Amino acid sequence: MSVLVEMNDIDKAFPGVRALHKARFDLRAGEVHALMGENGAGKSTLMKILSGIYARDGGTIRLQGQPVDITSPARAQALGIGMIHQELSLMPDLTAAQNIYIGREPRKGLGVLLDETRLNAQAAEIFASLHLALDPRTPVERLTIARQQMVEIAKALSHRSRVLIMDEPTAALNAAEVNELFAIIARLKAEGVGIIYISHKMDELKRIADRVTVMRDGATVDTVPAATTSIDTIIAMMVGRTLAREQPGAAPAAAADVVLQVSGLRRGSAIRDVSFTLRRGEILGFAGLMGAGRTEVARAIFGADPVERGEIVLNGRRLTIRRPQDAVRAGIGYLSEDRKQFGLATGMDVRNNVALASLRRFAGIGGLLKESAMRDAALRYIGQLAIRTPSDRQEARLLSGGNQQKVVIAKWLLRDCQVLIFDEPTRGIDVGAKSEIYRLLVDLAREGRAIIMISSELPEILHLSHRIAVMCEGRLTGILPGGASQVEIMRLATQRDANVARDATAANHTSGATA
Amino acid sequence: MSVATSKPSLLPGMRLSGARHRLLAFTSLVALIVIFSLTAPDFLSTANVIAILQSTSVNGVLAIAATLVIITGGIDLSVGTLMTFCAVIAGVVLTYWGLPLGAGVLAAIAAGAVVGLTSGTCVAKLKIPPFIATLGMMLVLKGLALVISGTRPIYFNDTPDFAEIAQGSLIGMVLPDVPIPNGVLILFLVALVASFILQRTILGRFTFALGSNEEAVRLSGVNTDRWKMAVYALAGGICGIAGLLIASRLNSAQPALGQGYELDAIAAVVIGGTSLSGGRGTIIGTLIGALIMSVLAFGLRLLSVPQEWQFVVTGAIIILAVYIDILRRGRS
Repeated sequence: MSVLVEMNDIDKAFPGVRALHKARFDLRAGEVHALMGENGAGKSTLMKILSGIYARDGGTIRLQGQPVDITSPARAQALGIGMIHQELSLMPDLTAAQNIYIGREPRKGLGVLLDETRLNAQAAEIFASLHLALDPRTPVERLTIARQQMVEIAKALSHRSRVLIMDEPTAALNAAEVNELFAIIARLKAEGVGIIYISHKMDELKRIADRVTVMRDGATVDTVPAATTSIDTIIAMMVGRTLAREQPGAAPAAAADVVLQVSGLRRGSAIRDVSFTLRRGEILGFAGLMGAGRTEVARAIFGADPVERGEIVLNGRRLTIRRPQDAVRAGIGYLSEDRKQFGLATGMDVRNNVALASLRRFAGIGGLLKESAMRDAALRYIGQLAIRTPSDRQEARLLSGGNQQKVVIAKWLLRDCQVLIFDEPTRGIDVGAKSEIYRLLVDLAREGRAIIMISSELPEILHLSHRIAVMCEGRLTGILPGGASQVEIMRLATQRDANVARDATAANHTSGATA
Repeated sequence: MSVATSKPSLLPGMRLSGARHRLLAFTSLVALIVIFSLTAPDFLSTANVIAILQSTSVNGVLAIAATLVIITGGIDLSVGTLMTFCAVIAGVVLTYWGLPLGAGVLAAIAAGAVVGLTSGTCVAKLKIPPFIATLGMMLVLKGLALVISGTRPIYFNDTPDFAEIAQGSLIGMVLPDVPIPNGVLILFLVALVASFILQRTILGRFTFALGSNEEAVRLSGVNTDRWKMAVYALAGGICGIAGLLIASRLNSAQPALGQGYELDAIAAVVIGGTSLSGGRGTIIGTLIGALIMSVLAFGLRLLSVPQEWQFVVTGAIIILAVYIDILRRGRS
């Protein structure tokens, strides 16, 4: 088979992060090449470089042997490289055909009028080549997600794409739709199109991939044939990094009291019957791939989003949590993965951000704020958590990510929350500040607070958690003891089949006892 | 005179951010005053200065109400017709029902607060965008003012003290040379109180916090709906004061008046450096903004610039002020 794409020694840095380091990848005509790796391994960055969204800092890209510079998505399209994004980028009010030919509509009447007839005919032709029964005049919003994806594929093909990049194409599809998609992929393969397939789902690789390339920490680990390589080998390649080890191993929570008990939490397909317990002084890690439903569970417990069903018991008392204020009053604090959007009032100063959840406590007669008490509280936490800021009047947006995170932690400590939910506590934080945050988490647990830590970084989960809850597609697929291996976690995190889902409650009880 | 009172450092809790913009607005005001006093000799006469201040009072108070709502990230288009509605309520209570002055004053302010609370409920609980909620309220109030008054002005001839609210001069009784009318005094009083609430109280802090990042405030366990409703109610009460001021100056409640005032008020807020995207703003800036608008109007009139051109100049200044705000944000 002829080589379509060769990417060599690709480097890419973002402010503060080296996203890619000498990454390489190649694609042959008529193959499905799966690209795998943990969240943040560099897969998406590499593909965004290939599709012209990012510019590379270094390295070479060859297309059928010719060196090319892919400077923009339009250039990538012209070169025959199409990308189907995870979040579909279609205009819902336009028809399928209008979406496919947006900006390139066939014209008539001296180029002044749109030629809808030809537009629909051309789109119909592409659909026919995909054996797809779809009326090109259907508005996209009336199509299922799966069908919308087909429209995206048709759009890419309309550019005569020889390279098709698919980013988690099956994430939102049901089994029948996945089969339909795979049939189309097979047809494209037969026509010599090279397909780059980004996925976390092991079972799919075995079904459609010819080769697998695994990335880790911005570099390419290896490229292996899909048929002869075991899933365990691939997982080992994905997680096999030397573990970063800066913080003390956390002390196990003994037979401490159960602080929080969540049972039967449910909302649509995002949260499917999640149950677990959390003990005093315990750090319960939540592992899983992106979109597994961990943040959804956290926000549901906190009352930020509604739930259909589920019981939350705190210290033996059943809680009714409808709004965040109910959770906060009960002593549950939530630290969002997106601090700037959900955690901080970035335009306000450190003092006010620390006081934000406890402001009523500082209000005297007539709502007059006791600024000196607020300052004292802010200064106390600035000292205690070593928040690096010129003063408590510094605007929060001017602090570094790590210090912003500490400000949010201070907010909940001041509020004296007993249960703290950390969602990706070290995202966007540099390495030095990370270990400080780790130490803080361990200290908080030692003080007797109960902590839920959601993290997509396995080493983080493994080092800090007393127990590890693993989620996949809205289900809690298992709870592992703290010393679990990465392979065990990855297996639970990719365990898709509903029938192998163990009774989450039972799993919870058994591992809760052994932890 | 007014310029001295509005020196920024005199008000409590100055925030550093936006200080440059306010300084610019303040400098513009001084520059305008200097230019007009050089070109129009009568400009700095006591009578003219008092007239400028008096004409600022209604727009200034309305602009203060608008400032509060705008800092939360909202907008209030109903301030103008709410002012008229409150004036009509005062007219009903004082002239139709013949109740004492105090009752009329309280009724006007209470009516404003209740209407503000209603708008706030629409925004906070029903999640109607502030622009739409207050646009609807603007029309509702315009209609109600006409209905309640029977589309006729209500005169306050039976309550002679009513005219004193805006037109009398407590200062003039002490210092006969500077008969600054009470309306101006009320404007500065409202400004002081509003500034105090914004800078020193929990309501003020949440006003800024809501505009800065409402979701973060909600996720901090704060009842954001309630605080937002409180801000709209406070703004409504302040509109009630504006209603008393304008009715007192005209010695009548004019039910057809009011629409258009909201845009002048918003213009003053914007010129004063309050960001329409919320989270930032000051009362002192709004006060300067309102003064700039009146100084411009009076100065251009003294220079015999036709009124049509005054619109052009004011409009250009609004656009310029917002552009400066964008530049400031871009830099930070």
